[in-house]
Amino acid sequence: MSATENANVPVEKLVTGIEGFDLISQGGLPSGRTTLVTGTAGSAKTVFAAQFLAEGIRKDGAPGVFVTFEEASEDIRKNLLSMGWTIAEWERRGLWRFVDASPQPGEDTIEIGEFDLGPLLARIEHAVNMVGARRISIDSLGAVFSQFVNAAIVRSELRRLGVALKGLGVTALMTSERTEEYGEIARFGVEEFVADNVVILRNVLEEEKRRRTIEILKFRGAGHQKGEYPFTVLPDQGIIVIPISAIELKQRSTQTRVTSGVVDLDRMCGGGFFRDSLILVSGATGCGKTLLTTEFIKGGALKGEKCLLLAYEESREQLIRNAIGWGIDFEALEKDGLLKVVCAYPESAGLEDHLINMKSEIDRFKPDRLAVDSVSALERVGTRGGFREFIISLASFVKHREIPGMFTATTATLMGGPSVTESHFSSITDTIILLRYVEMLGEMRRGITVLKMRGSRHEKDIREFSIDENGMHIGKPFRNVVGILTGKPEYLSREESDRLAGMFQE
Amino acid sequence: MSENRKFILKLYITGHTARSERAIKNLRRICEDDLGGKYEMRVIDILEQPQLAEDEKILATPTLIRVLPPPLRRIIGDLSDTEKVLVGLDLLPLDNN
Repeated sequence: MSATENANVPVEKLVTGIEGFDLISQGGLPSGRTTLVTGTAGSAKTVFAAQFLAEGIRKDGAPGVFVTFEEASEDIRKNLLSMGWTIAEWERRGLWRFVDASPQPGEDTIEIGEFDLGPLLARIEHAVNMVGARRISIDSLGAVFSQFVNAAIVRSELRRLGVALKGLGVTALMTSERTEEYGEIARFGVEEFVADNVVILRNVLEEEKRRRTIEILKFRGAGHQKGEYPFTVLPDQGIIVIPISAIELKQRSTQTRVTSGVVDLDRMCGGGFFRDSLILVSGATGCGKTLLTTEFIKGGALKGEKCLLLAYEESREQLIRNAIGWGIDFEALEKDGLLKVVCAYPESAGLEDHLINMKSEIDRFKPDRLAVDSVSALERVGTRGGFREFIISLASFVKHREIPGMFTATTATLMGGPSVTESHFSSITDTIILLRYVEMLGEMRRGITVLKMRGSRHEKDIREFSIDENGMHIGKPFRNVVGILTGKPEYLSREESDRLAGMFQE
Repeated sequence: MSENRKFILKLYITGHTARSERAIKNLRRICEDDLGGKYEMRVIDILEQPQLAEDEKILATPTLIRVLPPPLRRIIGDLSDTEKVLVGLDLLPLDNN
């Protein structure tokens, strides 16, 4: 591979403001250059293109130009209102300008002989100058080809457009369609002549699950995260990229610990949960998940922290009664403004509405910690694909509030095993705590273990815990038992366990 | 073809390039030869009036717009094929000839 000509000059990046994208792109789009965003139909290309301008306006006051070859400008204005983007108002304020090159309905166009796209270039330049644009989005290149018969001319004219954009000093984003999720980069091979930088949006159907991902294929001369990252499109927000591994890399900024509400659990976690972490508590029904969230609430309240409890399994009365049984008075906490209990039936709304309600409760109450009991109760409301998007959006929302969020998930069987919630959630949670029933000599006992604790040492033992009128009490680790996590506990004889211990002695 | 209808034609160009000049020449010849002089022809340079291109949604040049008689017609290109231009302007039926 040959070295690039100016390998020593770093490519500057322009922060896009698109949530998560700036993380995986390590600072945004290459500044002053053109990036091609390519995807199949319905992969949210237009939203991405518009959001690039919208975030520039909202976060930076930077004017932008939107060139549309496909949808008429009035349709774009109307459709994107649902994202909360007031394009018409921005146009009035000179922050947004359309170059509407969409096909004109009811007009026959005939092509006779050679032509050029000089007016397109002139219109773009004119628009850029009129508003002093620093960002420009062009949607989409494939639609240019469909407006003309002579593809060779279009190709050479688009190449000229690419050069002209460089001259204008704007950071440009062009969209283009592709026919397959994993195939040629874009139709008409446009990536070869318009852009050094390519971003791919995917909308893959996988085991009946829709999965949106974004991948930065290349940034010439600039770094970026590799691979596919899930994203979602939300009303009032647009695209949110979930930078799973980028979170790992970047977000461990806070080392502040908060209490789990149980002193021994704090110790098992190496000193408590991180303040901005997501905690998944998994266990069978009746195993102690609601108890643990109650302890989590109490632990916060004792430190004067406000907690929001979103409950989807039990009624308010039940929750209050449970808590009293463990020595905690929810009503008194609510009176003191340290707690808000919100109960909803999973079936009362669709997943999207639940998500919106959850977010608005969080925004209104501004809790210092959040508990959701249980997330898995919402599984049955939507499709599996929808549930995954829901989990990811909720997790990213909470993560950005920098508060600890405890989410419980009920396992499908009494003795444990994975749940759908777990499989979707486990990669984005920082901490996973398992609660399990353990059958010992004909007696049911309860076990707790910290399976994962991102960025910290934690205890690997499975400890027994008991419940009484003062709440949760964590005791000694189980010895001489294996197979607790898989739900098939087995005894080991004394000699056997000594032999095993000897094998792993350091 | 009615004898007394008048043609109003607008030809958009981007600067006075060889292609622009060729389109102007081709159109003028067609107007004289086939419209019997009953026409009004305006040449508009996009480079001088870019906003006009935006308002009229001009994307390519040369673009010929037949404003009158209705319906509105657009022909893109240097108009090098006279016969096709005549068909495009409804001066020659497709199956004629």
